[in-house]
This record gives sequence, C-alpha cells and structure tokens, in this order.
Amino acid sequence: METNEVFDKVKGLFVEDLGIDESKVTMEAKLEEDLEIDSLGIVEVVMAFEDEFGIEIDDEELADVSTVGEAVKLLHSKI
Amino acid sequence: MSKRRVVVTGLGTINPLANTVENTWNKLLDGVSGIDHITSFDASNLPVTFAGEVKDFDANEYLGKQHARKLDRSAHLSIFATEQALKDAKIDTEKRLGNNVGIIFGTGIGGIGATEDAIRVYDSRGPSRINPLAITQLMPNSSTGQVAIKFGIEGPSLTITTACAASANAVGEAKNLIENGIVDMVITGGTESGTTPMTIAAFAQIRALSTKNETPTKACSPFDKNRDGFVMAEGSTVLVLESEESAKKRGVDIYGYVDGYGSTTDAHHITAPAEGGAGAVRAMEKALNDAKLEKNNVDYVNAHGTSTPANDKNETAAIKTLFEEDSTSLNISSTKSMTGHLLGGAGAFESLVCLLSLKNNKIPPTINLNNPDIDCDLNYTPNVLLEKELHTAMSNSFGFGGHNAVLVFSK
Repeated sequence: METNEVFDKVKGLFVEDLGIDESKVTMEAKLEEDLEIDSLGIVEVVMAFEDEFGIEIDDEELADVSTVGEAVKLLHSKI
Repeated sequence: MSKRRVVVTGLGTINPLANTVENTWNKLLDGVSGIDHITSFDASNLPVTFAGEVKDFDANEYLGKQHARKLDRSAHLSIFATEQALKDAKIDTEKRLGNNVGIIFGTGIGGIGATEDAIRVYDSRGPSRINPLAITQLMPNSSTGQVAIKFGIEGPSLTITTACAASANAVGEAKNLIENGIVDMVITGGTESGTTPMTIAAFAQIRALSTKNETPTKACSPFDKNRDGFVMAEGSTVLVLESEESAKKRGVDIYGYVDGYGSTTDAHHITAPAEGGAGAVRAMEKALNDAKLEKNNVDYVNAHGTSTPANDKNETAAIKTLFEEDSTSLNISSTKSMTGHLLGGAGAFESLVCLLSLKNNKIPPTINLNNPDIDCDLNYTPNVLLEKELHTAMSNSFGFGGHNAVLVFSK
C-alpha cells in the first residue's frame, strides 16, 4: 500500500469514525493540538488503526507519533 | 448567623414532552402525554415496549460529532438543559463561571447506556476492543464533570445517586451550600437516560413497570384504581440557584424561593415503601419545619405519584397522616402521568413544575385518572388543570433504597 493510500484511509477514519473536521486532517496536523485527540482519544485511534489495517500497535511504537504524517509512516512500515 | 434565602433564577429542561421550558409547561397544562412506543432501539422482545423518550434532539448537531461521541446520552441532555438554564438566568455562557459557583447533579443510574454498550462489545469482540471512553461515560458523575468542564464551574461539586430521589436531594443540598454561605450560586438538577434494553428489562423483571403496551399514552395513571406500574422516561432538568442578594445584585427575575428541604431514610426495604409512608411523613415534616411553615400553608403538592400500586397508596397515606384534616382540601397532582418517571431527573423536573405553578397560579393535572381507588381518596387534580392563587408548593421524591427527599418552594 502506498503512503497516500494509507493517508486516505487514516483520514477516512478520523472524519467518519471520530467526527473530526475533514479540512483539519493534513499530513502536518498535530494529533493533540490540531485534531484535539487527547490521551483517551489516542487509544481509540490505535484501536481504529488496528481494526482497519489488521495490525497490532504497541504503546512504545507511539512514542514518536505526534502528527498525522508520523502515524501514516508508522502504519506504512507495519503493513 | 442567620441563613441566607435561596432563589431560583434559571430553568432549563429537555424531557419527553418538549425541549424547552415554555413548550413543556404548555403541554403540562394541556394534559398531553409524552409517552410513546420506543423508537431508539428495537424493543419488540421486551415485556415493555414503550417509554418517555426525548424527541427531536441530535447531540451530534448540538455539540459536534467529535465532542458528542465522547459522552453518554445522559451527559448530552444535561449540557443542553444547563445551557438553557444559564441563559434563562442571564448568565454569559461564553465565560467560565468560576470558583463561586458550585454544581450538584442527581442521577439514578448515570451512563447506563454506555455500560450496556461496553458489555455488548466485551462479549462479542473481547476485552481489547472496549471503547476507551467507556469509563468516563458510564460513571455516575460523568454529567456533573462534563457540565462543569463545558461551563467552567470551579466551586464544589457533588453527584447524588439516591435513585428516584436523586435530583430532589441535589436541589436540597444546593440550597444548603448557598444558605450556609459556601458559594453564591449552584447549578443543580438531574439527568437520566435509562430507556435502554437491559435497564427496561431489569425494571420489568421486578414488576415495577406498567405493561400497557397497546396504550402508551394512557399507561401512566397515578392514583387510578387500574394503575399497574411506572413508565420509564429520560431527560434532564437544571435549575440555577443563588442567594437572594446575588440575584438582586445581578438584577435578574426570580421564579421563587427554595425554602424547605427534608431528607429521611425508610431503613425498611430496598424497594417497598415503609408501611403508611412513615419515612415520607418525616421528610415532609422536616421540609415544612425548614421552611418555617405550618401544614395549612401548603397550596400544592407535586406528588411522587409514580403510578405503582404501592407508591400511590403509601404516599396518599403519608399525606393524610401529616396534613390530617387539611389533606382533603389540598391540591395534589402527579405530572409523571404525562412525563413518565424521569428517575434521578424527576425531582429537578418536578421542582420546575412547582416553580412554574407558583409563578402562573396554575396546577397541571394528573392525567389518566378516571377510576377512583379507595386507598387514593384525595384531590389529585384529575385530568384538567386548576387555576388558583398559589403561595407555597411542595415536591415529593422517594427512591429505591428508601430515600425520601421533599422540597418546599414559595414565591
């Protein structure tokens, strides 16, 4: 799967499942500051990623993820 | 130090009748029922297929989907009712209310819908797929916390869970905070959204609910000989309470005074009222003493009046025991005949009814009261409203657990 396809799927999850405004979801967007995903929300995001891509994500792997782009990069490396 | 008098300056409500105070009041006066067949889920396999559901309310539209989906419906309803009440009290909802404002809410079963959802996911998909927001949705204090966050309420906060007496206790404890000078204002009330599959089934299992599935609007018939149980309902009602001097300083209109609060416990049985409503008698007496009123000063009693055989009989007995010869001239009604039973939200809703009754000199009727019961022989304002000069109103609330909370309002 190409990076842009991963991004499209991530964007779809954010907009459809989490109700985030579509225009906010860019590769540069910061999860906490820009998309208002707090510490509880990030657990939901991980669950949504795991279901969508059929993978498992460990908490440690999230340490370097603070933007949509970084999440896409992590997902791309695992699928 | 003399206690400060407490006034009500704002009201907000969303309930099975309507989503504004004005429309709710008009329907109450017209004797309209808010009960209908359940539409929010398929109830066809339940022994009870009707309830009082809130209608025409889209939380995603009101709060935005990203915010709304993090909250249980009981919290959605309470934020909506609070915003109405604050605006009614001429409070700027864009500013944080701050440290001199407290919040006390009542709820019987909190985010029970979120609990049911989470267990369904646990059973079907396992522990790792449970909604990470489940705990923050299902805890009974969720609405209290969410409303405090939304409006920046930084003073004392409490969530009271005394079943169907919860929001009457909330209003009473809010009164205590203000009259003792702890804070100048308390946002108080109650919320409930237990019109959910497991909860209805569980209440039906103990034979507490009416099973008149064919005639939902006629099912809730307090004090009628053929009553067969209460009707589940959802909703939230919020009142702005403040000290009289605070209201005068702000120059806002006053609905009335919260003058009396009595709280007692049956210590008898977890669901059945004490014989003759002994705990209720003591609570009514305490509320009158707190208000420094005599029995013959009470013009209107908004009864707990659930439409269960046991409640209505024992509440009637309790009123007769306390009011003695004055009980026959007392005007009583049960607005649950129209709203159904809002459980933990009932006391706050019925406080609203008392305040509007005092303000408008009108008593809403008890609908569906057509067949006299020998055990219920007082004047319950059957089917048609009563216009009368009113000065003092009492609201009764009794909950599973044996909790009794009575409030007295005056103008």
